[in-house]
Amino acid sequence: MTVAASTEAGSSAKARRGEARRIAVLTGPAYLWLAVTVFLPISAMLYFSLLSEAPIAGRVGQFTLENYQAFFDKAFYQSLMLRSLRLGAEVSFYCFLFGFPCALVLAKVVKGRWREAMFLLVIIPFWSNALVRIFSWTMVLRGNGILEQFLNAVIPGFGGLDLMFTYPAIVIGLVHSYLPYMILTCYISLQAIDDDLIEAARSLGASRWTILTRILLPLSMPGIVAGAVLIFVPVIGSFMEPRILGGRNGTFIGTVIEDQFTAVFNWPLGAALSFILLGCVLIIFAAFHPILRRAAR
Amino acid sequence: MTRTLLSTAAAMGLAMAMGWGSAASADTIRVLNWQGYGTDEDWSVEAFEKKTGHEVVHDYFNSEQEMLTKLRTNPGTYDVVLINSAYTPQAAEEGLIEPIDTSTMENVEDLAPDLRNSPYLVIDGKTYGVAWVWGVTSYAINTNDFETAPTSIEELWSPKHEGKVGWRDDAVEAVQIAAIATGQKINDPSDFDAIREKLRALKPQIRTFWTSENEWNQYMSSGEFELSTYWSGSASRSKNNFGLPVEFVIPKEGAIGWLDGLSIAKDAPHKEAAKQFIDWMIDPEFYVKWDTDVGAPASANTKAIGELAEDAFNRQVMGKAAESGKLQFMGPIDDTVRQKMLELWQETKTYYQN
Repeated sequence: MTVAASTEAGSSAKARRGEARRIAVLTGPAYLWLAVTVFLPISAMLYFSLLSEAPIAGRVGQFTLENYQAFFDKAFYQSLMLRSLRLGAEVSFYCFLFGFPCALVLAKVVKGRWREAMFLLVIIPFWSNALVRIFSWTMVLRGNGILEQFLNAVIPGFGGLDLMFTYPAIVIGLVHSYLPYMILTCYISLQAIDDDLIEAARSLGASRWTILTRILLPLSMPGIVAGAVLIFVPVIGSFMEPRILGGRNGTFIGTVIEDQFTAVFNWPLGAALSFILLGCVLIIFAAFHPILRRAAR
Repeated sequence: MTRTLLSTAAAMGLAMAMGWGSAASADTIRVLNWQGYGTDEDWSVEAFEKKTGHEVVHDYFNSEQEMLTKLRTNPGTYDVVLINSAYTPQAAEEGLIEPIDTSTMENVEDLAPDLRNSPYLVIDGKTYGVAWVWGVTSYAINTNDFETAPTSIEELWSPKHEGKVGWRDDAVEAVQIAAIATGQKINDPSDFDAIREKLRALKPQIRTFWTSENEWNQYMSSGEFELSTYWSGSASRSKNNFGLPVEFVIPKEGAIGWLDGLSIAKDAPHKEAAKQFIDWMIDPEFYVKWDTDVGAPASANTKAIGELAEDAFNRQVMGKAAESGKLQFMGPIDDTVRQKMLELWQETKTYYQN
């Protein structure tokens, strides 16, 4: 009995070790790859952010917290950070506003070949270069541009619109760029909702609004949250879209960080600002963690 | 069979000998410059190769800081490097470039003496950079929007042009233009508060920021700008090459002058060929073709300017600018001053937002 138990324990321990080794062998390359391509560069940047100057070509930087201090000393860094967070929230919200109905139609209304065709329409913008898309928007949005001419043709005497170089122009460009993320993630969640649930609700006399707010929205929350996160994080760090579409309204924390790297080669300050941005994102996610967890369940 | 083998071997040997022979007199020199800035014009590189046998290879930078970093991280790689004279003293001090013996360069004596002997290029009596081209930074107007060309820098601040002024997104340049408008020295302004106020007053005027010549031309041709800060050489290109209704203004309050020199990198592998190339670059023959066919900044070579057409921009406008004595040449800027300029500019850009 004892002998049998001990051999059994021994063999299971052996099996576990073998399992561990197999996992290590199988996942090792992936972790190594992550370490080389992600962890090392980020660590290097963290190290740079703590130096007085970038240690390139024999220059020696001293350890300092000055770069982080600069963010708290200069009020304009803080207001740019708030502005960027607001932009991220707004773009995520509009993506939800336009993306969720699209996903709903794709998942529950359109069937068969039409669905494929519409999916293609959602994906196609992804195949073109982001820069090309943004420059196309400049032609649409500028004074006497395509949008203005169209509106004037449809509504005589509509007059000037001139959205170019404004905050709304940045939001329009970014929503267009990131909308597919929201549509795709919402679509996957909505697709997973059993049609019988909707049928049952309908047979019990639920209105369309009730079905939407009590069944579809809660059950697709994981998709909405995933989409919002996928959009929020890159948008707050974006610099290309604000710079081209925003004109003098296009200064954000992302553009300031880019300036530090490309215009003045102040890598330490740029790195420090990036890590403060990362910190803000983590704090926001931590604050929303309970809601996110409930949503993901 | 053996005969063919032998003859092949002989031919190969002959080819190798010839190859070695030409390698001894012909070098491949590596030039570091902005892209599309004169030294890499195909016709010129070809003609240079034909005349001297030296091949020219280019590498590019996008900012002066990047140029310095490239020199620091690649010692012994580059032969010729273009340096804005405001950065030449720093490059010399860091040991990134070496003094040039100009006695064998035949075109050097035709250079305008005050440019050739600029204190930024000649340090402790040694020539660290050969004056190549110079230009002016102020602003250009769309002639369709003006009956008479303005003469004052204040035009950029005029409420007449609300929402129609273009501005380059560059901290040093922004601060320096405001310094001129407030009557200060551009390289070491004394009153940063006055500059802050002056830049903030621009808020209603600014349409958008531009960063490249290509962008500037697009904005100007689509009517976004009535006037915009610009560089003299680029303005002449916009006018001559792209047919835009553009005129460059040198304001009565003064303007920013800049001088680009050609230097030889420390431990350059092909010094003699590099000197030949620099001499070729300041040759009137190259310059006249460059300015006429493409559009160029003003040459530092007085003989070259003299050979331009009578009404050429670089002879007319730039000649007057040079004589006016109103230009303040960009000089070395202290690191702390530069950082202060950048912070002031970023703060101002934050203020510009609605």
